[in-house]
Amino acid sequence: MSRIEGVLQTLKGQGRKALIPFITAGDPHPDETVGLMHTMVDAGVDIIELGVPFSDPMADGPVIQLACERALKHGTSLRRVLAMVSKFRETNNTTPVVLMGYLNPIEAMGYETFADAAVAAGVDGVLTVDLPPEEADEVAPLFSEKGLDPIFLLAPTTTDERIRAIADHSSGYVYYVSFNGVTGAAKINVDEVAAKVAHIHELTALPVGVGFGIRDAETAAAVGRVSDGVIVGSVLVDTIAKNQADIEELKRALTDLLNPMREALDSLAS
Amino acid sequence: MSEKLTEEMLAALPDTRGHFGAFGGRFVSETLMDSLMTLEKEYLRLKKDPEFQATFDKDLADYVGRPSPLYFAERLTRETGGAQIWLKREDLNHTGAHKINNTIGQALLASFLGKKRIIAETGAGQHGVATATVCARLGLECHVFMGAEDVQRQSLNVYRMKLLGAQVHPVESGSRTLKDAMNDAMRDWVTYVEETFYIIGTVAGPHPYPLLVRDFQSVIGRETRRQSLEKTGKLPDALVACVGGGSNAIGMFYPFLTDESVQLYGVEAGGLGIETGQHAAPLCAGRPGVLHGNRTYLMEDENGQISSTHSVSAGLDYPGVGPEHSWLKDIGRANYVSVTDDEALKAFRMLTLVEGIMPALETAHAVAYAVKLAATMDKDQMVVINISGRGDKDIHTVAQLDGIEI
Repeated sequence: MSRIEGVLQTLKGQGRKALIPFITAGDPHPDETVGLMHTMVDAGVDIIELGVPFSDPMADGPVIQLACERALKHGTSLRRVLAMVSKFRETNNTTPVVLMGYLNPIEAMGYETFADAAVAAGVDGVLTVDLPPEEADEVAPLFSEKGLDPIFLLAPTTTDERIRAIADHSSGYVYYVSFNGVTGAAKINVDEVAAKVAHIHELTALPVGVGFGIRDAETAAAVGRVSDGVIVGSVLVDTIAKNQADIEELKRALTDLLNPMREALDSLAS
Repeated sequence: MSEKLTEEMLAALPDTRGHFGAFGGRFVSETLMDSLMTLEKEYLRLKKDPEFQATFDKDLADYVGRPSPLYFAERLTRETGGAQIWLKREDLNHTGAHKINNTIGQALLASFLGKKRIIAETGAGQHGVATATVCARLGLECHVFMGAEDVQRQSLNVYRMKLLGAQVHPVESGSRTLKDAMNDAMRDWVTYVEETFYIIGTVAGPHPYPLLVRDFQSVIGRETRRQSLEKTGKLPDALVACVGGGSNAIGMFYPFLTDESVQLYGVEAGGLGIETGQHAAPLCAGRPGVLHGNRTYLMEDENGQISSTHSVSAGLDYPGVGPEHSWLKDIGRANYVSVTDDEALKAFRMLTLVEGIMPALETAHAVAYAVKLAATMDKDQMVVINISGRGDKDIHTVAQLDGIEI
């Protein structure tokens, strides 16, 4: 069983929901990322999605675009992100880490080289935004074989046929994008999300994490009620941008954001 | 070239997933997949629909003014002292460039699909103008994304789009040029996917765009083939076209791919010189990668980050290229070369002075290479340059380089 499956199964057994933060690796500076990951673990998160910065983040809104620019300005490469995960693993062997980003940096490194290096670093899953399952015939099995969970997106526009096909390619969890749009927009409609996630649950046994548009304890609880986990990204990245000058203050601000979300999610436990 | 291309081989490309050999495909976020698959299905149906094709042909004739002439550039030929140089006059199309062939076709697709909101990216502004034009004609809402730097260097086209009723959105992110305009267009598309049709301006992007844009632009090569046979009794020996994304080049090349005797030259933007790294020539100096929905040759660094590009011409200032060109390069069917900003500017002046035809700066790259090529060929041979656009939009840029305020 992968580390991701283990964590999600334990939570399920406890009737709890996963809290999954996303931050861009190397933002505000590559030296700070590992510390921020530990801070988030201390605040009670279950899985960390670590964004691999890309020069052309087409699926992201302005907040994460700017995070990519800050990270790249300081020389954050995919190799350097893997080094951050290795460092994180020196003192944390339990929190799963999912790399989330775009295909080209992985393609530039070479799929097999990347998969081996990612496993060695302690990465658990890979979510590549611009890689639909149709183009993942070789990549997804390679990742699985090496011990990385391939994680794919589902969207409001995804047909039933595709939900099944995508679930077949996935392990760990599937990531449901709560609305048509880029990250950081404020469009979430909880009733629509509830209906779609219930439907996805009918088509696959995989846990469903929901991301895009979750900004506070209230939206986290509303979405947590109907899913297996919530993914929180832009509001954290925006907090990083606003507090980049003072890392201690930044860590406090992240904790202050995540603590109420954790409490709200745990209050759902039956 | 290792293997002769046949009509059967070409008919099988792209494959059902949009691949041209190792290139092309559909690399987009999940939200867009359903829309792209619907577009593909509808396009493949309409491609065989006589009513759709008849409407397209009629619009090209009566609205665009096709066929565009194939003109013998007698004085340029004399000055060059080599092969006969002929010009395929896409600059005489309505709106002044080849771009309208494609926007007519895609707007027709949009109306068959019942989409009322159109978005487009633009570099030099030619595709934006061509899109705004067809939207004005059909009464469609039009949003054009344009890099903030391009908004400045192509102010004439910006105003033209506004007069045509389009909203122009300057894009401030990244390098503020064509690639960033495409990023923002894709962000808009993913947000309003249900009601929006994205008219991509070149043969790049996710499948089926490289296919349908090539089909709509192939009228250029079909006409050239027929006109060449009518006027000279033979096929040209060489075709020369500029390549940014590569839509005018593929439109010219495609109907000649099985004609082995016809040499194909795609001319990329060499900027300040390939050796300086300040250029926009992925086929000459890049490597395969994935950007904007397809796998193709790209300009990128060793970590897979997309490099910033440089060209005097906004329309060629793009780090990628259509996947079919990447395939044609790898199988050796087409030759890809580059000319510098300076060479292109010299060619701009030369064609203007010698033939009274002012080419777009993009097109001037093809002219610069074709003149060099023709000089090495025999007098009974024939080179056709695709004059993909007219140069009025570039007068400010050229004047500025001359230190003149207008």
